[in-house]
Amino acid sequence: MQETYVRAFRSWASFQPGTNLRAWLLRILTNLNIDRGRRQQRTPQMQPLEANDYYLYDKLAEDTGGVTDEDRVVERLSQDDIVSSLAAVPHDFRDVIVLVDIGDFSYADAAQILDIPVGTVMSRLHRGRRILKGALAETALEEAGT
Amino acid sequence: MSSYVDPCAHCEEMMQPYLDHVLTEEERVAAETHLDECELCRRRYRFEESLRVYVRKATAEQMPVELRQKLSALRVPLD
Repeated sequence: MQETYVRAFRSWASFQPGTNLRAWLLRILTNLNIDRGRRQQRTPQMQPLEANDYYLYDKLAEDTGGVTDEDRVVERLSQDDIVSSLAAVPHDFRDVIVLVDIGDFSYADAAQILDIPVGTVMSRLHRGRRILKGALAETALEEAGT
Repeated sequence: MSSYVDPCAHCEEMMQPYLDHVLTEEERVAAETHLDECELCRRRYRFEESLRVYVRKATAEQMPVELRQKLSALRVPLD
């Protein structure tokens, strides 16, 4: 946490008026939090598969013996599963997931923050979410199998 | 729309943009028409929505309270 403050305040000097403060801070903090998650990962060499969009739900529902209630299926995933799976997503893809899905930024905001075209934000988001779900499925199935 | 052989596969392609609210009106209506008819796709869509909320919650909780407070304080003078 101390590390985060130091990094945030150092960067304070380079803050440009007109840029989005929330975005700026979120990026620093998220990187640190993700780094911490990565360090705690059990299998750092894991290469998450890129699943189709329905893969995770289908696997989890199948694994719960046909329980299909969406909220209950989601709850099979622990907070650690989410963080370690997110940490396993390559950072180009993770950045857009963090900004759009967690930080609630628009595609346009994310494009500006990351200095990439909006179309790239969209394609990375699409693929990134699939990679994340692939990693979550692997984590959940691995736990179920042990 | 109807040119897709597998409506569930098409619905899957529409899921992310649908939940991001970036489909055209025509695409949105087409997706909802299929969702009205297909319980499995409906469940999968709802799961995706729940998952997004869950991911947000899981990661937000990673941020320590003291840090969140510090952030709030930082935002005041510039917002």
